[in-house]
Amino acid sequence: MAKWMSVAQVKEKIEENSAEEVTAQYLEAIGKSKINGYITVSEKALEQAKKIDAEGHNGPLAGIPIAIKDNISVVGLPNSCGSKILEGYIPPFNAHVIEKLLAAGAVILGKTNMDEFAMGSSTETSYFGPTANPWDLERVPGGSSGGSAAVVAAGEAPFALGSDTGGSVRCPAAFCGVVGLKPTYGSVSRYGVVAYANSLEQVGPLANNVTDIAVLMDVIAGYDRKDSTSIDSKIEYQKALVEDVKGLKIGVPKEFFGEGIHPDVEKAVWNAIHKCEDLGASWEEVSMPHIKYALASYYIIAMSEASSNLARFDGTRYGYRANGENWHAMVSKTRADGFGTEVKRRILLGTYALSAGYHDKYYLKALKVRTLVKQDFDRALSKVDVLMAPTMPNPAFKIGEKIEDPLTLYLSDVNTCPINLAGVPSLSVPCGFTDGLPIGLQIMGKPFDEPAVLRAAYTFEQNTDYHTKRPSEVA
Amino acid sequence: MITKEDVEHIGWLARIEISEQETVEYMEKLNSVLGYFGQLDELPTKDVTPTYHVAEIYNVFRDDVVEECLPQEVVLANTEHKQDGAFRVPKIG
Repeated sequence: MAKWMSVAQVKEKIEENSAEEVTAQYLEAIGKSKINGYITVSEKALEQAKKIDAEGHNGPLAGIPIAIKDNISVVGLPNSCGSKILEGYIPPFNAHVIEKLLAAGAVILGKTNMDEFAMGSSTETSYFGPTANPWDLERVPGGSSGGSAAVVAAGEAPFALGSDTGGSVRCPAAFCGVVGLKPTYGSVSRYGVVAYANSLEQVGPLANNVTDIAVLMDVIAGYDRKDSTSIDSKIEYQKALVEDVKGLKIGVPKEFFGEGIHPDVEKAVWNAIHKCEDLGASWEEVSMPHIKYALASYYIIAMSEASSNLARFDGTRYGYRANGENWHAMVSKTRADGFGTEVKRRILLGTYALSAGYHDKYYLKALKVRTLVKQDFDRALSKVDVLMAPTMPNPAFKIGEKIEDPLTLYLSDVNTCPINLAGVPSLSVPCGFTDGLPIGLQIMGKPFDEPAVLRAAYTFEQNTDYHTKRPSEVA
Repeated sequence: MITKEDVEHIGWLARIEISEQETVEYMEKLNSVLGYFGQLDELPTKDVTPTYHVAEIYNVFRDDVVEECLPQEVVLANTEHKQDGAFRVPKIG
């Protein structure tokens, strides 16, 4: 069996052999892994595949294996969020997206590594140790869905689910040379996904090609009454896979090509824009003057929401519990021992930003800046169909290189987090290499205009070969 | 600028125990991040409406009907600290 397969190829293999055999081969690849991409491998995967074989492959994803980020609840599998504080916790219910996947016949291979509570851009803050980038095992895979991106890049799953609060699907997609989509806010239910910053995050797919992103979106997107921000967009994602960009208007926001961008990244992204132009699209520069304030606004909002969302981890009902002479001491010790440094930093900063005397200066100010950033997107996207820019200003960095200084690490989210403030869809697709490391092209669209984003990405992919390159480190 | 006392205070508000040595470390790292956040001050926002979330959804209601929920033993299955069908915690104060 080829190590890297599209969903269509996996389907063929299942028909030729069986879902059980295909699952067994992925489990074998996972067993030989060099990247620490999975936190838990499901012991029930083979059993699930056998059942699908017995039932006769019904459903759009019948027998197709998938990897799930470890903050998305699956009954019977631990849901650690990369944290000690959820030690031993096994969710008693499935996330909405998992119900959809199971109904479509997908086989869950396991749960993937991530920055603790999705707070990071490198997967180094996981309690279970860092994941390695399949293109260079000394480098980070990006984050926070680093495990999901790395296992897809390493051929240990055909596709995966991640979550994206400020770039957590697109950053690792860019660093690992795979495709990742942050859908429009509201298109995919967040029910059963452990909340970090709920006004910003969406579940998103990661795959080896644009087609498989659309295949997965057709299964997981849609209305869910258990998520009060759910919107039924009725988009047919696979129908958007049209190889034609004639007449497509591309906006190039110059603010995304700021100081510190790697020259090869800048070159690769411009080459991609010119490629689209050759294929019949047109481009123009657009200005988004508030983008430079997006990062600060994003972090204040994310940390503030986190300080509230993570209050539930108090040792009372599940997970790790420390001893304490009274309730306050028990909770304070549980959280001191159970959370890692970065999570504690963000909770403390968020608590500060919401506390009496500072609420208006930080939190309210950030929400107002969010409005200005959103207006920048509205204005830019009123003139063009999509925006194109680098996903990450630089390629994957070395493990340990940025972990000591939080601000340095935060700055790497500069091109991804504005999208979450505005809630628009954004996809990262491979567009080149520098010193053997992948580069991602970011394509952003109007709210619920994933079809335009997918059309641009699909056409670019069909006319280039970046997505066919595989990392030799894990071959 | 955030002081040692501020760190201790927010540690208490967030219910995270912080040692003497950690207080100094947090103070330095938090001040560096807050310094960066300070750049927002240069942007005038007096008449700007805040955006809490971007979905154009306001009140979401459902019919007030009883539905099946998780059984008590399933909800209690994730902790050893339970008694008589309830979670057991140390006394509050």
